[in-house]
Amino acid sequence: FLAGFGSLVQDVLWCFSQVKGTIDAGVTESDIISTVEFNHTGELLATGDKGGRVVIFQREQESKNQPHRRGEYNVYSTFQSHEPEFDYLKSLEIEEKINKIRWLPQQNAAYFLLSTNDKTVKLWKVSERDKRPEGYNLKDEDGRLRDPSMITVLRVPVLRPMDLMVEATPRRVFANAHTYHINSISVNSDYETYMSADDLRINLWNFEITNQSFNIVDIKPANMEELTEVITAAEFHPHHCNTFVYSSSKGTIRLCDMRTAALCDRHAKFFEEPEDPSNRSFFSEIISSISDVKFSHSGRYIMTRDYLTVKVWDLNMENRPIETYQVHDYLRSKLCSLYENDCIFDKFECVWNGSDSVIMTGSYNNFFRMFDRNTKRDVTLEASRENSKPRAILKPRKVCVGGKRRKDEISVDSLDFSKKILHTAWHPTENIIAVAATNNLYIFQDKVN
Amino acid sequence: MFVRGLKRKCFDGEEDIEGTLAGIKAIPSYNLQRQSLLDMSLVKLQLCHMLVEPNLCRSVLIANTVRQIQEEMTQDGTWQMINTQSTGQASLDRLVSTDILCRSSRDQAEGKHVPAYGTFNKDFESDQAQDSSETMSAASSVQAPRNLQSSVWEMENPQENKGNFQKSLDQIFETLENKSPNAVEDLFSEVDNSYYDLDTMLTGMMSSTKMGHCDSLESFSSPTNTASNSNCKSDLNDLDHIVEILVES
Repeated sequence: FLAGFGSLVQDVLWCFSQVKGTIDAGVTESDIISTVEFNHTGELLATGDKGGRVVIFQREQESKNQPHRRGEYNVYSTFQSHEPEFDYLKSLEIEEKINKIRWLPQQNAAYFLLSTNDKTVKLWKVSERDKRPEGYNLKDEDGRLRDPSMITVLRVPVLRPMDLMVEATPRRVFANAHTYHINSISVNSDYETYMSADDLRINLWNFEITNQSFNIVDIKPANMEELTEVITAAEFHPHHCNTFVYSSSKGTIRLCDMRTAALCDRHAKFFEEPEDPSNRSFFSEIISSISDVKFSHSGRYIMTRDYLTVKVWDLNMENRPIETYQVHDYLRSKLCSLYENDCIFDKFECVWNGSDSVIMTGSYNNFFRMFDRNTKRDVTLEASRENSKPRAILKPRKVCVGGKRRKDEISVDSLDFSKKILHTAWHPTENIIAVAATNNLYIFQDKVN
Repeated sequence: MFVRGLKRKCFDGEEDIEGTLAGIKAIPSYNLQRQSLLDMSLVKLQLCHMLVEPNLCRSVLIANTVRQIQEEMTQDGTWQMINTQSTGQASLDRLVSTDILCRSSRDQAEGKHVPAYGTFNKDFESDQAQDSSETMSAASSVQAPRNLQSSVWEMENPQENKGNFQKSLDQIFETLENKSPNAVEDLFSEVDNSYYDLDTMLTGMMSSTKMGHCDSLESFSSPTNTASNSNCKSDLNDLDHIVEILVES
C-alpha cells in the first residue's frame, strides 16, 4: 500500500485522527475501555468497557473529494453485551467488564464477534437491516391484528427501504464452564472452534455447541495450597488449527499440539529465558509474569509482554527470545513503590503491525511505545487531548532518567501512573492504530502526503 | 508515591553500592525493609477482595513473594531472631492465640474447645458495646476463617484486644512463625479457602462491615453459616465436580 510501510519507525509520522469518549475530568468507572480489536479487514473496530458494553465503529468509505480524511471511524453499533451477575454459590459478584473481544472472519453479510467477561463468552451477530416488509394480511401497519372478517383481498407483502438499522443479537451464550476468571479467548483458524482460557484451565468450544466444551489444559493442582503458577494468556496459531500457546505468571510460554492428546498437559515446546542473576530481586517473578502473548501474522514468532519488556520468540528456539525491547526500564528502580500501589500487577497488551515489522505496547502517563524490529529504532508517543488537533503530528516523548531534564522531557517522578495504556490495536493492513486511554479511544494514522 | 529510602536489592537502586559497601551496617536496614515488604505483602493478601472474587494471578504472585522472603529469612536466621525477640510479656498468650488459629483450621479432633458460632454469638453479644466495632474493623481487614478465629481470640483475651490493623497482621505473622515450612502454604490455603468459600460466613463478615450489629448477629446465627472450613473444602470439591460434569472433562 505505502512504500516503506512500517519499515522505519521514525520515518512514519503518526498523526492524530480521532478521539472517542468524553472529555470530562471525572471518569465514570463503567466507561473505562477494557479491550480494543479491529476485525480482519479493518473495516470495523470494536471496544468493550467495564460497564459490559460493546461499541463498534465502522470506517467510512474513502471519499475522493476529501482524500486527507482517510476513512474516519464512526459509531456503527452499541449494545450491552454482559450484565453484572451474582454468583449465589459463592456470594460474590461477577463483573460485567468485557475482558476480550475477538472477531470471526466475515462469511456473509453479517458480522460475528465473541465477547467475554470473567465467566461467560457470548457470540454476537451484528447485522444491518435496511428494508422492512409491508403489507401483511393479518396485521395492519401498526402491528395490530386485523379483524379476519374484514379482510376481502389477499396481498403479497413487499419489502420497502427503511433507514439503516444495525442490530446486535446474541446468538450463542457459552456459560458455566469456568470456575476461574477468563483472561483470553481465541478463534481457531478452522473457524469452527475457539478456546477460552482462565487462570487454571483452557476449554475448547465448538461455535454451534453451548452446553459442552472440552477441557484441553488444566494446571490446577490437586491441593490448591500448592498453587504457584497461573495461566495468563492463550492464543491459537494463526494457521495451524491444532497448535496453540499459553503463557504463565512465571514468565514461561508453552506451545501445545492438540493432536498429541486430549488433555494438553504436556507441552510440545516450552519457552523460558534463563533468569539474569544480577537483576534478581523479590520482584523478579512478578515482573516476569507475562501479561499478553500474540502470534505474529506469519505464525513464525510469538511476542510476549511482561512488566518491563516486550520479547519476540522464534518458535524454533525455546531457550531464549530472539529480541527483547525495554518498554520502561526506568521503572526497575521503583518496583517496590509500584508493588505498593499495585501498578506492578497492571496487565499491558502488545500488538504486531500487519507486516510483523513493528510492535507496539502501552506504558504509563498515556505513553505508548513502538519498536521497529528491522532498524531497532523505537519511539514513545502520547495519547492526550493536547495533541488532538486534526492531523496534528505526534511528537515523540522522552522520559528523563538522569538528573538533568531537558525541556521536552518528563521525569520519572512526574509520570502519572493512573493514566495507563493497557489496550491497543493495529489495523491489519494499514498504519492505523487504536489506543485506549482509560475512557477515551484515540485513533492515529500515518501522515499522508 | 515512594516508600521512603528503600535500599538494596529489591528497592530503589541508586543506593545499591552504598548498601553493599556498608556491609554489616546496612543489614539491619535491609532486614527492616524486607520485613516491611513482608508486612505489605501479607496485608495485600488479606485485603484482596470484598464483593468480587480476588484476582488469582495477583494473589499467587504475592504469596510467592511472601514465600521467597520467608525462605530467605529462614536461611538468614533472622526468622529465629524475630521469634525470640517477640517473647516478651505476651509470649504465652501469643502461643495460645496461635494455637487457636491453627486448631480452628483443622478438624476438632484435638478435643479442645473450638468456639462454635453459638459461642461466638454469645461472646459477641456480651462484648458488643466495646469490642464489636473493633472486631468489625478487624473483620474487614482479615479474611473470613482466620477472621473468625482471630475475632474469637480477641473475645477470649479482651485485654489483648486492640482490634486494630497491626494486631491482625501480627496474628498472621504468628501463624507463620509457628509453622514455618508450611506457613505460607497454610496462609495461602486460608486465603484460597475463603476465596472459593461457599460459606456465607464470608458474606456475613463482609456485610457485617456495612450492616448493623443486629444484622450481623442474624447472619451468624443463620443455619447456613454453621458450615466449618472442612465443609467448605467439600463444597469446593462439589463445585469442581459440577464444573467437571459441565465441561465433561
